[in-house]
Amino acid sequence: MAVKVISPGLSTSVQDLGRPGHYHVGIPEGGGMDRFATRIANLLVGNDPGAAVLEATFMGPELEFTQSAVVAVTGGELPPKLNGEEQPTWESFPVKAGDRLSFGFLKGGARAYLAVSGGIDVPVVLGSRSTYILGALGGHQGRTLKAGDELPLGEGSGKAGLSLPANLRRAGNSPAELRMLPGMYWHRITEAAGNRFFEETWKVAPEADRIGYRFRGGTPLEFVEREQPFGAGSDPSNIVDACYPYGSVQVPSGTEPIVLHRDAVSGGGYMMLGVVISADMDLIAQLQPHTPARFVPVTLEDALAARTEQRAALARAEGHLAG
Amino acid sequence: MSIRFNFGGDEHIFGEVSEEMSLTSFFTGLSMTNAVRTAGIRGVTEICPANASFQIRFNPDIIKPQDLLSELKSMEEAASKADPVLKTRIIELPVYFQDPWTRETCLRFRERHQDPSSTDLEYSARINGYATVEEFIAAYSGQPWFVSMVGFVAGLPFLYQMVERKKQIQAPKYLRPRTDTPKLTIGHGGCFAAIYSVRGAGGYQMYGITPAPIYDPTRKVRYLADDMCLFKPGDIVKFKAIGRDDYDATLEEIEANRWQPTVRECTFSLKDFNSDIYGTNAKLMELINGR
Repeated sequence: MAVKVISPGLSTSVQDLGRPGHYHVGIPEGGGMDRFATRIANLLVGNDPGAAVLEATFMGPELEFTQSAVVAVTGGELPPKLNGEEQPTWESFPVKAGDRLSFGFLKGGARAYLAVSGGIDVPVVLGSRSTYILGALGGHQGRTLKAGDELPLGEGSGKAGLSLPANLRRAGNSPAELRMLPGMYWHRITEAAGNRFFEETWKVAPEADRIGYRFRGGTPLEFVEREQPFGAGSDPSNIVDACYPYGSVQVPSGTEPIVLHRDAVSGGGYMMLGVVISADMDLIAQLQPHTPARFVPVTLEDALAARTEQRAALARAEGHLAG
Repeated sequence: MSIRFNFGGDEHIFGEVSEEMSLTSFFTGLSMTNAVRTAGIRGVTEICPANASFQIRFNPDIIKPQDLLSELKSMEEAASKADPVLKTRIIELPVYFQDPWTRETCLRFRERHQDPSSTDLEYSARINGYATVEEFIAAYSGQPWFVSMVGFVAGLPFLYQMVERKKQIQAPKYLRPRTDTPKLTIGHGGCFAAIYSVRGAGGYQMYGITPAPIYDPTRKVRYLADDMCLFKPGDIVKFKAIGRDDYDATLEEIEANRWQPTVRECTFSLKDFNSDIYGTNAKLMELINGR
């Protein structure tokens, strides 16, 4: 009937491709932070790409299956072990009732996606099975998994031995290069500060989760002087509270940029320098703390071209799996 | 006044009506987002009004960013000229000001505050020119507020008081944000009140607490069964100051799932409001009081 959680890992939650349409009341889209890995994990086990999977952060859970199924692990390099024996990533393999699935140490990336044939069958809330932890909504009881949880599975029919070769996956750079369209409140900082922002290498801070990724190590921003507008607040980084785009780069007090991710806070009172392009959101999901990263300015045309390229890469992977 | 449009990456268009907060800017933003919703533009996935700005999210595989921008610009003139008349509702929310829970939290994080020797209420009353905390609370709960934005987290309303600018209550955020705020705290930062829909970090000054849930992901609370979030941008809210006995009694009713807030349909005209602020507010509040 299910998957039993023996130990939950560091932060493991049920995610699918998210619930757009409720951002205006503060409920973010959510869903697997690495969309490519979420989709491919599902396709490897014969699921719809939008079925619910488990997203494990930095450390894998230990699970016991009470029925046979086909599973696959994608995303960060978190090697799965079946009854103690290491299994490949990006490849489907069978499990039987009574089998235990655990994970070795993370060798690369930050988040692994475990798909099980039939999908994790938690209730659909506002059109999605994704867990929105801050709002205690969706997923398994609105929270990350705990020891003793039992997750129901849907009806599945996956095949073992299906795999996605390395050349069809996306490789990250070091330092990570996050392409960004400058804009929003870019005019609030001086030209020198803007140039430095892109020239310097930043590092992922320990505060890096589903809501957003914080970066540190760069020079604090210099703001263009102004009298703060009514209602904005007194700090030069303050604005009258506005919506925050997914991928937007806010810099509270001008010191540490934060890039909002799938569980973004939907708005607030900090100026934003621009927005990381949609094609690079998956990359952020796989950054570990202390990873060096740079922000690279691009145009809207570049962003759209990157998006088209990303869709083509997904289509190639899907084509391969459809055989 | 012209809206400053900007692409937020390849999936968002951000429109800033004005840098500063005003009801006029809020209404222009709301008119724009209402017009976008009515237009039913293919490829638009999220329509988010904010205090003095708004944000549209779209799928650039379905609609070209420049095409959407042109459509938005074509709506701007109508939105800023429209005599803003809003069909909306007024909601009365009981608030226990000077409650023990926000007070305890306030004392726990004193070293992060501008004035560690006062409470948030004492500090805010003083910097806004009120002689006593009681007078401050009377001003806070005496006139209604507009929900000018919902967000940050699920169901959290930002509220802008319906008074002239010189009477707007303003307070800075904590010097460093707290790591904890009780659920359903009434807070204030800049010129905005906020109601914390969930427990969590926060930087707003804390004044009181409401017994009434405003967000229920389980939809068990009777008045949140259809919409898990109580507030929508454009709602009008009137705080009703209550004491400990009323708070406890209301909480008991809520726990038995018998309670619901007083909500009345109403029409709001910005023109009428600007020509007679307190007369307009008095009429709105009469709806609540049933006279």
